[in-house]
Amino acid sequence: MSDAPLQVRDLKKTFGGIVAVDGASFEVEAGSLTGLIGPNGAGKSTTFNCITGAHTPDSGTVVFQGEDITGRRPDQIANRGLVRTFQIARELEEMTVLENLMLAPKGQLGEQLWRSVTPIARGEVIEQEAELRERVWETLDFFEIDHIAHDEAGTLSGGQRKLLEMARAMMTDPDLLLLDEPLAGVNPTLEEKLLDRIHELRGQGYTFLLVEHDMDVIMDNCEHVIVMHQGSVLAEGEPEVVQSDDRVIEAYLGEIDV
Amino acid sequence: MSADGSNDPDADAPGPDAEGPSADGPADLAAYLRAEVAATDFRIVVATMLAVYALFAVFTLLAGGGLNTLGSTWVRLTFLFAAYAILSLALNLHWGYTGLFNIGVAGFMGVGVYTMAVLSTPPDAISGMGLGLPLPVGIVGGMLAAALVGLVAAVPALRLRADYLAIVTLGLSEIIRLTLNSATLSGWTIATFGFGTGGGSGIDLPARPTDALLDTVVGTALVDVLDPTITASVLRRSLWVLVMIGFVIGIYVLLARVGNSPFGRVLKAIREDELVAQSLGKDTRWFKIKVFMLGCALMGLGGILWQGSQGYVSPDSFRPIVTFYVFVAVIIGGSGSNTGSLVGSILFVGLLFEGPRTFGNIVSNAVSLPSAPGTFAGAVAPLASLDVTPLLSYLVGNISAFRFILLGVVLILIIQKRPDGVLGHRTETAAAIDLDRPAANGGGNDE
Repeated sequence: MSDAPLQVRDLKKTFGGIVAVDGASFEVEAGSLTGLIGPNGAGKSTTFNCITGAHTPDSGTVVFQGEDITGRRPDQIANRGLVRTFQIARELEEMTVLENLMLAPKGQLGEQLWRSVTPIARGEVIEQEAELRERVWETLDFFEIDHIAHDEAGTLSGGQRKLLEMARAMMTDPDLLLLDEPLAGVNPTLEEKLLDRIHELRGQGYTFLLVEHDMDVIMDNCEHVIVMHQGSVLAEGEPEVVQSDDRVIEAYLGEIDV
Repeated sequence: MSADGSNDPDADAPGPDAEGPSADGPADLAAYLRAEVAATDFRIVVATMLAVYALFAVFTLLAGGGLNTLGSTWVRLTFLFAAYAILSLALNLHWGYTGLFNIGVAGFMGVGVYTMAVLSTPPDAISGMGLGLPLPVGIVGGMLAAALVGLVAAVPALRLRADYLAIVTLGLSEIIRLTLNSATLSGWTIATFGFGTGGGSGIDLPARPTDALLDTVVGTALVDVLDPTITASVLRRSLWVLVMIGFVIGIYVLLARVGNSPFGRVLKAIREDELVAQSLGKDTRWFKIKVFMLGCALMGLGGILWQGSQGYVSPDSFRPIVTFYVFVAVIIGGSGSNTGSLVGSILFVGLLFEGPRTFGNIVSNAVSLPSAPGTFAGAVAPLASLDVTPLLSYLVGNISAFRFILLGVVLILIIQKRPDGVLGHRTETAAAIDLDRPAANGGGNDE
């Protein structure tokens, strides 16, 4: 129970008078592919933002690998191995796909200003850059976006951007990946490809928490599903169990009625 | 931006004749030359510079100037090229690379120049006072002071959104200028040491170190040889200009290294989307503070080499218009490109800043125009009777003021037609190495 890498307890976040997340609690097991679903406005994205540091929760705790990371800065959380992607792909438009990927890895010596400009230290920087380049090209091949390596990210299609974003997140060598609607706006062929990659990476030991709007995708791919409704967790469990839960059906059907 | 981008393809083609595939015919010579020049950044800069030199040679000779006048013109041009080049490179680091909208360039220049002056001006100077320390101490001190003022501005402002940084820096720049102008600090002394800024009447500056070279044996011999054609004062100024060019090259290399490195990659990412950079584990606060301080130090250095090399400086040299000029140079060259900053500085100084004035002088020398009418109405009214001379003499007489109209028109055209600057869209890859697939990797798919 307590050895789950990500533990969210009683998370609460309000914007003005609107309660976006209202006491959500759940855990993500190591090596799992966990899905987080819920109707529009259920608080999924806000929960995500609170976990990754983009928002500071009003109360509640987020524990990652035994460490309390509640309210830490996004970069501190990312450096601990909890890395996210964005619902609307936020590629760095005027940087090439290669630059986007080269940006991501942790512990780059050349991110220190003095090392980048002083003659001898720059030699080490160049060495490290060459090693990173190898990894970048492997990742490009893995996600099959090597043919657009030199293109600026702003010129890519929606689906390619999603691939790029996931490739970039993988370059940080994360322990747990939070994917915010990675399949939104992606055509069926690319969707298949993205899901393949997720399953393959999961096989290699990565843990995923997937936010999705599309019920079918979650039910078909995740082994553990968390359903959020009105800011808190409504139901949790295996897809088949959750799917037949009356409250879940009501929450979804209720949305359709409105 | 994307709407502007659609204009770009038409603007990109230098001319329909440049499309010819074969390089044999004389018709393709222009295209061939263009391709050759565009091959390296160094050639682009040198070619632009030579073109502006040639233009001014024509101007000077038309106006009946001799070799000394021409030399003097070229030296003055190069002096301004170098001054604007340093400042636009520094601004490009802030604005072009990192997206930090710093509109306080003049203030940081002022801090650099005045700190240098207080440190290095001899204590017995006529106006203002100094400690008389060696010049290198003054220069380094000036850069450090500019960087520290940058830090003071950056720490609170960088936490805010970009537009607030702009307001803070503009305000700071004016605060600095007004402080330097104040009478309270004009004759400030501690014990026997004077730290006076000279207030509105300005402060004397240390002599240019290169001037002493002409007093050596070799120097005096050189002056004697050249004297009839090139005067000693032109020679003295040209020596200093050489020093400035050395600094421009040094700063260009430094900033190219900053840009082409993992550090520069993070800067670019901050410009594009700071939350993404943070979500990838980059502590963007430190990157912004470091780059802001570095840029401010370079602005201080630019101020020292430019305003600080003229024997005397007053707070009037650091009005916000200077910041505006530097922005124009960066915009013309295309923000985000170091080479663009150099080309932009050359074009700005040559065509917009010095060009109109020189051209006006030639016209007024060549054509004997009647004295200019006092008002615009007086200049335009005779057009009804098809008499253009009053308008012409009005234009020539007020050409310094009309420069601003020209500046505005050029800015609008550039932003509309070539938002990426005269060099077009450039990609200066932010990496310390070539990012192509390494050949040894055995991939060989499409590379």
